[in-house]
Amino acid sequence: MTDPLVRAVNVRKSFGDLEVLRGINLEIDRGEVVCVLGPSGSGKSTFLRCINHLDRIDSGEIWVDGHLIGYRRAHGKTYELRPHEIAAQRRGIGMVFQKFNLFPHRTALENITEAPIFVKRQGKARAEARAHELLERVNLGDRADFYPAQLSGGQQQRVAIARALALDPTLMLFDEPTSALDPELVGEVLDTMKDLARDGMTMIVVTHEIGFAREVADRVVFMDGGVVVEQGPPRQVLDDPQHPRTRGFLAKVI
Amino acid sequence: MTVPPASTRATSTQATANEQPVDGGRIIPVRHPGQWIGVAAILVAAALFVQFLVTNEKLRLDLVAGYLFERSVMRGLLLTLELTVVAMVLGIVLGTLLAIMRLSGNRVLSFVASGYIWFFRGTPILVQLLFWFFLGSILPMINLGIPFGPTFVEIPTNVLISQFTAAILGLGLNEAAYMAEIIRAGIKSVDPGQSEAAEAVGMGRMLAYRRIILPQASRVVLPPIANNTISMLKLSSLVIVVGLPELLTAVQLIYSRNFQQIPLLIVASIWYLLLTTILTIIQVRIERRLDRSVTGPRPAIRVAERQGTPS
Repeated sequence: MTDPLVRAVNVRKSFGDLEVLRGINLEIDRGEVVCVLGPSGSGKSTFLRCINHLDRIDSGEIWVDGHLIGYRRAHGKTYELRPHEIAAQRRGIGMVFQKFNLFPHRTALENITEAPIFVKRQGKARAEARAHELLERVNLGDRADFYPAQLSGGQQQRVAIARALALDPTLMLFDEPTSALDPELVGEVLDTMKDLARDGMTMIVVTHEIGFAREVADRVVFMDGGVVVEQGPPRQVLDDPQHPRTRGFLAKVI
Repeated sequence: MTVPPASTRATSTQATANEQPVDGGRIIPVRHPGQWIGVAAILVAAALFVQFLVTNEKLRLDLVAGYLFERSVMRGLLLTLELTVVAMVLGIVLGTLLAIMRLSGNRVLSFVASGYIWFFRGTPILVQLLFWFFLGSILPMINLGIPFGPTFVEIPTNVLISQFTAAILGLGLNEAAYMAEIIRAGIKSVDPGQSEAAEAVGMGRMLAYRRIILPQASRVVLPPIANNTISMLKLSSLVIVVGLPELLTAVQLIYSRNFQQIPLLIVASIWYLLLTTILTIIQVRIERRLDRSVTGPRPAIRVAERQGTPS
């Protein structure tokens, strides 16, 4: 058994007086697809943002692919990493946002090539060839020259997925990727994510799409009040929840 | 709720509601008779103005034409242009730096930027111009070296700061303070999700500013920057206090000799208006270019032309 790709140990995080994460412990294996469910305010998005250090944790530790995220241990002490070191860590982690956050002044193609060219210093030709491949993969091969404002929400989110994939991440984080979409556009984004899961990508998906979790997830994690309340295979957690809070939540959303 | 009696409900519009339109339902738009009266009034005023220009002999339009391309006027015009361009470039570069410093989490940088803006917005620009010009009187030599240690280079201040340099320092450093606030507003208008997305793809702070945030802010700050540039054209006439004869001073020098104030002021105004027109055209062009991503036409859909691309 290899080491887990992601290991969170007793992760805590407060915003002012409000403790949002109250000791999260979670391990995720390579190739595993984990869906994180929970009511709003349960801390699931914050936990996801802590994994690539967009929010910094107050205590505990998060390891991704053997790297301690955001910090460095030496001589028994923990040092905060410099911004460029954190930036380097983030390159191995792709992130997809609820509101897409595409760069509006760049075309779909340029959105994808931006980081490979300016962060990884790849040549333009190589980055563009790869970007065309990725657009093909998310079924947008014919929209390379479109600006985000000229694309539908579903198309924008698929470009955002392609943008995250362009850095060849070992881990993909999805923060409610379909919550800002019109209902008829949700399916195309979920299909893209299913393809990704089938190709063996390790994925952590914060979502309200119970159907997606049931079909695609290897494991469902239910969070509430800043802790992991219950986790297990989707069939077990979704169809036979043990904890009353899980039962209460599922009764409301299904 | 009580229902009002039928007599009060039957207003004129309702009374005709069931009538068939006589001309097939053509909709007659609202008429604006006031507009026509306004146009007529403007035409009359314009005709009066033209008559005044053409028939008034004291206006000396011949002098206007004669001095329009006069040598000292041309030199003044060139100086006005130089001062405006250099001061604005200095203002925008330094202003951007100050805006980023003010928004940075670093308290020292933020404090320094705030202090700069406070001082340069808070003192009269005339004082600032004169200060740089007379710097030599309180600091005769400028030294380069280790503070409190040995000196490597020593230059007389009056050599280093010429009239033109003093003018540029005065105008540019003052402009930077105002520009910093314009650019700060522009940066703040960019959705915070943009910096997060930039960080998430591994960009550092400066790269994110350069590639993601400032290009988006530029759409917002362009109109006020154009405003300040046009304002700088005319503000630059203050450099007469350090003895530089730009456009307005050049014509003033002429009418102090021939007492033809109005014709020469018209000469200066014609040039200012021309420069303003050119700047406005440039502004519109840049604006259109920056808006392309939002309002531009949809490109053609590329159909499967990428099949043979090497990976």
